[in-house]
Amino acid sequence: MLDTVAIAQNNSDAAQPFAELGLKPDEYARIKEILGRRPTSSELAMYSVMWSEHCSYKSSKVHLKQFGDKAVKTDALLVGIGENAGVVDVGQGYAVTFKIESHNHPSFIEPYQGAATGVGGIVRDILTMGARPIAVMDPLRFGPADAADTRRVLPGIIAGVGGYGNCLGLPNIGGEVVFDETYIGNPLVNALCVGVMKHSDIKLAKAAGAGNLVVLYGAKTGGDGIGGVSVLASETFDSTGPAKRPAVQVGDPFVEKVLIECSLEIFAEDLVVGIQDLGGAGLSCATSELASGGSGGMKVELDRVPLRDATLSPEEILMSESQERMCAIVEPKHIERFLEICKKWDVTVTVIGEVTDGERLEITWHGDLIVDVPPRTVAHDGPVYNRPLAKPEYVDRVNAEQVIVPRPSTADEIKSTVLKLAATPNLADKSWVTSQYDRYVQGNTIQSQPDDSGMVRIDEKTHLGVAIATDANANWSYLNPYEGAKLALAEAARNIATAGAKPLAVTNCLNFGSPEDPGVMWQFAESVRGLADGCLEMGLPVTGGNVSFYNQTGAVAILPTPVIGVLGVIDDVRTRTPMSFDRAGLELYLLGETADDVAGSEWAYMHGQRGGCAPVADLQREMRLIELLVAGRTSQIFTAAHDLSQGGLSASLTEMVLRHNVGADITIANVEVALISESPGRVIVAIDPAKSEQLMALAKKQEIAIMKIGTTGGNNLVINGAIIPLNELRSAHTETFPKLFG
Amino acid sequence: MKVGVVTFPGTLDDRDAARAVTHAGTTAISLWHNDADLKGVDAVILPGGFSYGDYLRCGAISRFAPVMEKIIDAANGGMPLLGICNGFQVLCEAHLLPGALTRNHELHFLCGDQKLEITNNQTAWTSSYSVGQEIVIPLKNGEGSFQCDDATLAALEGEGRIIARYVGENPNGSRNKIAGITNTRGNVVGLMPHPEHAIDTLTGPTADGLGFFTSVLKALVK
Repeated sequence: MLDTVAIAQNNSDAAQPFAELGLKPDEYARIKEILGRRPTSSELAMYSVMWSEHCSYKSSKVHLKQFGDKAVKTDALLVGIGENAGVVDVGQGYAVTFKIESHNHPSFIEPYQGAATGVGGIVRDILTMGARPIAVMDPLRFGPADAADTRRVLPGIIAGVGGYGNCLGLPNIGGEVVFDETYIGNPLVNALCVGVMKHSDIKLAKAAGAGNLVVLYGAKTGGDGIGGVSVLASETFDSTGPAKRPAVQVGDPFVEKVLIECSLEIFAEDLVVGIQDLGGAGLSCATSELASGGSGGMKVELDRVPLRDATLSPEEILMSESQERMCAIVEPKHIERFLEICKKWDVTVTVIGEVTDGERLEITWHGDLIVDVPPRTVAHDGPVYNRPLAKPEYVDRVNAEQVIVPRPSTADEIKSTVLKLAATPNLADKSWVTSQYDRYVQGNTIQSQPDDSGMVRIDEKTHLGVAIATDANANWSYLNPYEGAKLALAEAARNIATAGAKPLAVTNCLNFGSPEDPGVMWQFAESVRGLADGCLEMGLPVTGGNVSFYNQTGAVAILPTPVIGVLGVIDDVRTRTPMSFDRAGLELYLLGETADDVAGSEWAYMHGQRGGCAPVADLQREMRLIELLVAGRTSQIFTAAHDLSQGGLSASLTEMVLRHNVGADITIANVEVALISESPGRVIVAIDPAKSEQLMALAKKQEIAIMKIGTTGGNNLVINGAIIPLNELRSAHTETFPKLFG
Repeated sequence: MKVGVVTFPGTLDDRDAARAVTHAGTTAISLWHNDADLKGVDAVILPGGFSYGDYLRCGAISRFAPVMEKIIDAANGGMPLLGICNGFQVLCEAHLLPGALTRNHELHFLCGDQKLEITNNQTAWTSSYSVGQEIVIPLKNGEGSFQCDDATLAALEGEGRIIARYVGENPNGSRNKIAGITNTRGNVVGLMPHPEHAIDTLTGPTADGLGFFTSVLKALVK
């Protein structure tokens, strides 16, 4: 039977299944207090999804506030945190918007659709800002590469990312593939999208102007993804395993591609006042957020929503997370043209309501009032928890551990260390993955995997471009979440700068275990504090982000995994510094200082060593290194530049020599440290010998340690006399993934 | 000289194809699938993508688009017509070219830099190359395995209608490593790899693909 506002007023104490919908008793009591009666079942559905952890950030809000408190003073940020995605000024009248989101739990249950709709969701967020999406990236994390469940989820997730992104015509320009035991049963699927627009084209989620029309367009609404937000994203998996399949959304990238082109044509004619995509929490989110963005008043006739399944109840329609839908606010004078453009693209479009001059969101079902709420209470005034946090006991214990790993010193040991690192799944060639993604479409891709960052041109005439990198080092975050977040930020910024682009803004996707565990909450709080401090020190504004909690199975939480994305700008993509050299006779230099940083390193991980102390980030030095790299690009000193990170010098040299099949002869002191250490703030550069004085002057000016380590050429990678033939190195590096995953 | 580039719903590489045409020194004209109007173009490109979401079969719905009727008539009259990737699939569905493109033999979408050997430079789209010339351009598709019956294969081979073959390992299981074919007249060419993504070394692996677009310019001037 239909539950209406009138009925709710009459039996205000009737029992309601709020707990099944994920609401706690005090949260339910607050809803009753707000409304002065019990909520109708439709209202309960709306509050339950919008007050879920995923939508309301109720556990993270108090910490995320630091991004505002420690905000960098900048003119570059055109739209900040709170909108669908932040917008950054990149010059020449262009604005760029970028954001990462997680789709972890759905991808565990239904790998292909979970990953696919993760891409679809983030692309719509970017589109919603008024931008043309121009590239995607996908940082992924899995259980051990040889684990049975990894074999189940990985192929589906890769195929889903590719299947959706390729069909949208978005180049996939990078990402990560990382394996660790703690991600078994909790793969991380983070999806990033970047879009570009002119400043004047920025759109906001705002329903202003009484009498303006609320227009729903895109796919019809179905029964998929109902309760996905509250049931899936906000609850830890229990031992009963994956039985929640119906809550995973099913995507159709063709519909989304048409929706993108249709929307961009609508935007180009300036036909909308405000716009919001339908993602998590579907219509509940879109209507309440749009109404909150305006004066608050909106009337919606829910029975007008076009359905794929005519039997859906109003509660289900409000909660459905059917993909490929958008909600626009359109002035009556523009509606005819709006409908025409939708018709051209064969996009289903329906006027479902209008903006009112009241302050309430009113939703009717065949004339009966079923929702009557102040929209801000749904969208923004959700519960806020200051959850207990406590430093977990493991931290001091593992920090005190000595890291004991084999130390390569003889030629044989050096060779076998390099080959082992080249082949280990975390460092092995990822072509098996990236060859399933289209990196060429749109014709503007300047860099993509395996380059340090992805780079796309945004103006063909001026050659302006943007670069993006995402990084996380969960091993370091496990040892020290504060430094771990700063180090990930520094690494992502450095990966932008090696190409010569200037870091400009930051986004993040914070993947953690259960916030109800004080230890996890401490990891989270420390990570946010580290990132906020780091961004402030580096002068990089945080434009937005995403929090994913409850990434744990039973009592085992994932490693704290704050994925940091940095966006950079480059004035002329033709002058970028490539990541490798393609000729002999160049000199190789190592920039930065190498300490015995094996704690949290890949080499330590390979030997079962998880302890020790993470390095301490020196962001001042990182900023000087970035200056050096950008200046070196501008004055065209470098033939190549490549970051050192996981796998240290060994991994970076491997990647450089294999890129164009040109070897190198390297001599390094203290090889047992230098080959495997992962000290932050280091870069290998290749230069023409004639430029060595310029390079030295630059290093001196920025006070960056510099050391010549060798020359390029030949068919081997030679390190202190240890000869590693390139074909042998290539086999080790490239055979891992095909062997594991076919 | 004007070269039309068709946009179907789900087409992805239309802007790339238009850019390649412009790069080669010709004018690109956008053609809409639902308009039975060729806007006076001298040649047409059906670009890559997932037209109509590849529903039913790749290219199976697009071939019924209003613009295709005009294109089929014009091609039968000798107008140069190039189908790239999804465009090749449309040409096969429209029976302008024989055979069919099926799922890659390893069942994955595959994106990579592919070496090809040009085996026929007598078509409207390949005259800028020499026979035996090796080029590297991107290959990216899920259904790029060219299949046909033995008689058709014998005819394609016998009449020299295979315009390019994959060099090295067969990337997708195509019969006789076929990457592209032409009709008997040489005006219609279907090619699985993407020359429009290789028009300069900044955004592509090489500039080897530009020859397809300069070829048609020569064909039109003649």
